[in-house]
Amino acid sequence: MIPLRLAPRLEQKVAQTALWVFTLATVAVLLFIIVFILSRGLPVLSLDFLTRNPVDMGKGGGIFSTIIGTLALTLLALLVATPLGVGTAIYLTEYTWGGPVTRVIRFGAECLAGIPSIIFGLFGFILFVTKLKFGWSILSGGLTLAFMLLPTIIRTSEEAIKSVPASYRQVSFSLGSTKWQTVTRVVLPSAVPGIVTGIILSVGRSIGETAATIFTAGSALRLPTSVFSSSRTMAVHFYILAREGISMPNAYGTAAILVLSILGINLLTYALMNRFIRKYK
Amino acid sequence: MTKLERHDRLIRLGLLVVAFSAVSVLVVITVFIIGQGTPIMFKYGLKSFLAGQDWYPSEKIFGLLPMIVGSVVVTAGALIIGVPFGLACAVFLTEFSSKRLRSIIKPLIELLAGIPSVVYGFMGVVILVPFIRETFGGPGFSVLAASVILGIMILPTVISISIDSLQAVPPAYRDGSLALGATRWQTVRMVLFPAARSGIIASIILGMGRAIGETMATIMIAGNAVETPHSLLAPVRTLTSNIALEMGYAAGEHREALFATGVILFIIIMILNTVANATSSRRRR
Repeated sequence: MIPLRLAPRLEQKVAQTALWVFTLATVAVLLFIIVFILSRGLPVLSLDFLTRNPVDMGKGGGIFSTIIGTLALTLLALLVATPLGVGTAIYLTEYTWGGPVTRVIRFGAECLAGIPSIIFGLFGFILFVTKLKFGWSILSGGLTLAFMLLPTIIRTSEEAIKSVPASYRQVSFSLGSTKWQTVTRVVLPSAVPGIVTGIILSVGRSIGETAATIFTAGSALRLPTSVFSSSRTMAVHFYILAREGISMPNAYGTAAILVLSILGINLLTYALMNRFIRKYK
Repeated sequence: MTKLERHDRLIRLGLLVVAFSAVSVLVVITVFIIGQGTPIMFKYGLKSFLAGQDWYPSEKIFGLLPMIVGSVVVTAGALIIGVPFGLACAVFLTEFSSKRLRSIIKPLIELLAGIPSVVYGFMGVVILVPFIRETFGGPGFSVLAASVILGIMILPTVISISIDSLQAVPPAYRDGSLALGATRWQTVRMVLFPAARSGIIASIILGMGRAIGETMATIMIAGNAVETPHSLLAPVRTLTSNIALEMGYAAGEHREALFATGVILFIIIMILNTVANATSSRRRR
């Protein structure tokens, strides 16, 4: 048998070409998805589509109420998750130096990050919707989402706080400030862009979330009037439109809005990140 | 103790309480899912749940085996497709690409992570499923379709964590190998891969967790028939789909059985998380 061995130089050429092709294919898939959705969805978009409520289960009209539902859910989730997440990050970076407590907290956050959204949905359904009797509502959905976003906010805030140079803290302490004064007046203000990046990333995640919100916020199409109203998010609306074949044009339109928001969010985080990194390098 | 010191100590305590929020959420979720799901498993017997072939909730027959097999098969398929592509991208971006090219491709791949799973599912329905139906026959909604879409969906996870672990290899290793006359690819294969192994394994395990936990995309493209799949073109139902498909109308024991499905999923995920955590923390030490 001829041993399957190539000359190192040839092997290098082959490997490099293969890696190129694989990477190119990955990028091509991504671009294809975006171009496909936008090319079919953008023609559907109009001011009317964005500002009118869905009519006839979504066959006609726009997606206004689902935009409001998505925003309300996201806002509520962030209001709950941001203080908890940033607080955890401050504790982990400024108040402890390893040890079992930190390890437990880190492990908890990492596990939470790995839990699939359907489990969050089940949990939110049983706790908020049935046990606490919030019903299918923005409140139930927002709280469930908050739990999902928590690990992301913890991780990104931790990184942001860690990248604030130690000299900032030393100067602050040497001027006689307490730990808390240092944290709130020196460390946090410098870490804000990084923390904001994490929050924006979470917005992206909650805009696209479906499995966790469909069982907690429900799928009502009416414009929500309070946190106790059930409301459909854009992602849920898109899912229902596509799955039940209610209206393909409207499904493409909704998908285009979803993709555009994700594009916008990524561009924004990217710009923020670059500024933040440049500042401390 | 001065007033300021007392104040600081109070804040420290408050932050400690806040810091336990993630852990508490994890505990509460565990308690609720297990509390809701296990009683029915023991009522009908663990064996009938885990090894039962039939799922007729209205007749109180709750066998989850087809769904367990479904989840495993689809996840394996996703890894077969996603891991080679993911590792190739990671190696390419860390070792072979110019800085400029990397600064263009990396954000694009992060964008891949941001696309909602319903959009992936939709792409599967409008592009991949018809393609499979016309090219290979069968209904199109299949193990194959789900594997391909999930394979794409785990790419960002595999790529970003592999890149991190490849970059964490001390530069001296790389330089030493190149200085000995090894080609770049030999360096990757013989030096970088072994050195970054635990991180790469962690990336694969986390990708596995994503694939097994994905719901909306799977529901849309896997076909959802409750039967153990016998070919790549057969439809399949996963654990996650089983929950999401029936949660909307289930009541009583049916609902409890769906929670039992959640318990099994939850246990699988927690095992994967713990293993990934252990492999990557070994690397840190």
